[in-house]
Amino acid sequence: MRRAVVAPTTEPALVQWGLTLAALGFVGIFLVLPLGTVFAEALAHGPAAYLRAVSDPDALAAMRLTLITAAIAVPLNLVFGVAASWAIAKFDFRGKSVLISLIDLPFSVSPVVSGLIFVLLFGLQGWFGPWLAAHDIKLIFAVPGIVLATVFVTFPFVARELIPLMQEQGSEEEEAALVLGASGRQIFLLVTLPNIRWGLLYGVLLCNARAMGEFGAVSVVSGHIRGLTNTMPLQVEILYNEYQFVAAFAVASLLAGLALVTLAAKTLLEHRFAATRAAAGKD
Amino acid sequence: MYLELRNVDKAFGDFQAVSDVSLAVREGELVALLGPSGSGKTTLLRIIAGLERPDRGQVLIGGTDVAGIGVQYRQIGFVFQHYALFRHMTVAQNVGFGLRVRKPRPSAAAIAAKVHELLHLVQMEGMEHRYPTQLSGGQRQRVALARALAIEPRVLLLDEPFGALDAQVRKELRRWLRRLHDETGITGVFVTHDQEEALEVADRVVVMNTGRIEQVGTPEEIYDEPATPFVYQFLGNVNRLPCRIDRGQATLAGLTLPVPEFSGLSDAPGIAFVRPHDLDLAVGDGDGIPVTVRHVVLMGPSVRIETVDAAGQTLEVEMSRAHWNALALGPGTRARATPRQMRVFPGEA
Ligand SMILES: Nc1ncnc2c1ncn2[C@@H]1O[C@H](COP(=O)(O)OP(=O)(O)OP(=O)(O)O)[C@@H](O)[C@H]1O
Ligand SMILES: [Mg+2]
Repeated sequence: MRRAVVAPTTEPALVQWGLTLAALGFVGIFLVLPLGTVFAEALAHGPAAYLRAVSDPDALAAMRLTLITAAIAVPLNLVFGVAASWAIAKFDFRGKSVLISLIDLPFSVSPVVSGLIFVLLFGLQGWFGPWLAAHDIKLIFAVPGIVLATVFVTFPFVARELIPLMQEQGSEEEEAALVLGASGRQIFLLVTLPNIRWGLLYGVLLCNARAMGEFGAVSVVSGHIRGLTNTMPLQVEILYNEYQFVAAFAVASLLAGLALVTLAAKTLLEHRFAATRAAAGKD
Repeated sequence: MYLELRNVDKAFGDFQAVSDVSLAVREGELVALLGPSGSGKTTLLRIIAGLERPDRGQVLIGGTDVAGIGVQYRQIGFVFQHYALFRHMTVAQNVGFGLRVRKPRPSAAAIAAKVHELLHLVQMEGMEHRYPTQLSGGQRQRVALARALAIEPRVLLLDEPFGALDAQVRKELRRWLRRLHDETGITGVFVTHDQEEALEVADRVVVMNTGRIEQVGTPEEIYDEPATPFVYQFLGNVNRLPCRIDRGQATLAGLTLPVPEFSGLSDAPGIAFVRPHDLDLAVGDGDGIPVTVRHVVLMGPSVRIETVDAAGQTLEVEMSRAHWNALALGPGTRARATPRQMRVFPGEA
């Protein structure tokens, strides 16, 4: 429909071609080339070397840790994100604007600083350090610290996706359900959740991609203990610093593959999302 | 009294949306809440449904104070201003929702039967599997109504049920709602800011203004005997004429009339209200407001005549075409405007 309305451009062909080429060139140099390099370098010494690199025990340990971290951080932020956006979109309360700003905090703080905050709080010299040490609880330079830092950094993704969506939808449907006799649980499961499902899935995808790819914050709290506290991004860095390029790029290629899958899923979802949004119309 | 409001107040911040509203609705009665935008109609409906908590006062349904009864237990049918249909559910699922969430839950067959019956009632058979976006405004409206009726509500509340529809559909649905009400005998309150709608559909009309009730009465009472200047102006066309009230007499240019109810006032300002069809024109000498004919509009069998008085104020007169022709007047000619019925209220113009 839009095509019929917008008049064809009247710019000279040279300008059109020039702009298109510039855009493609930019994308090529800054996106496609690096991504291609990752896979090319990973396979530089053949598939056997690649397989050896990705099945190395330390690499496997890093993969396991990354998966565990995401498996904890994503559900936590899913629950938090839904709860926060529900509260923000459907109710009026004191401190609402403060809450909205706080949700954005992890986006505006550098991940390295986020990591440092946790070291400052829970490290041996930190505020709660002595107490934790006395009770034999190890957070920093251990898996719990990595999970904490990841939860913090990926905190806003789900909520940020849902708040505008839920605000736009308003609470009329929930009120209608309430008047019809539905309980709070029924309203959430039968009315609210189906209305936000695509936005929710989208937020979860983004959250997951970041949880698996996070470097800065995790790097500060991890301590880089091989086979124990190295996530995949950290493992890549270590291998690279040790000039083990094939191994480094092999692990990196797994991360890159993950990014591509996320991107594909995201594009697909955006299609569905846009369609349902358009279908929902102004009602 | 089936539904009763007693001295209900509601403020949002320091804005008083509803002030001291008392109202009683008989069982099986259909009442219209009529008022301009922002007069508190929606707020009042939401208070009855329990979606809003009154700051003061009581709501009684079937003689019981419902203050302690949660919204979901009040068994009230609510048709929202913008319908609020569940966008991801089909027509049938929307209508069946109230039964589906009921405890104990009726069987699927029982729900389907009820949904079918209701869709028949609202003339929406064959559209069970459509989504709200695939319906016209009037169809959505009827689905919303069927959904509200599914829980067999004790009171049906409709917020501007026809507000978003065009004039033709409005008129049809209006008659249809009246018929539906007569068939089901349900107690209902509907909000509107269309006076014609209120007068045509309702058993009684409640006129609201700035959160207060101005008048409650049958459509005839409201139209023929408006209790306040506001009601006079809000319902139908009316001419407002400044006058003086002095010891039981109201004086206009060329006219005095008795107002015994204001015998306590001396030389106070007032406004006389007279409807265009209650004004007549005459030629020659006698009582009446001297006017000059300005403009004549033929409207089918009747004629609307725009005149101006000596002060430059416009006066509208409406009469039959035959009568107008007999008068042999035209633009620019002088005449006397003589009111058949007129109502005076004290106050500045
Ligand atoms: N949640 C709220 N917070 C603050 N003010 C409100 C709220 N709801 C309503 N109001 C105010 O209360 C007044 C009455 O609103 P209400 O919705 O009852 O009007 P209405 O008579 O239904 O108007 P309309 O015909 O435009 O629907 C309005 O001035 C409105 O701005
Ligand atoms: Mg309203």
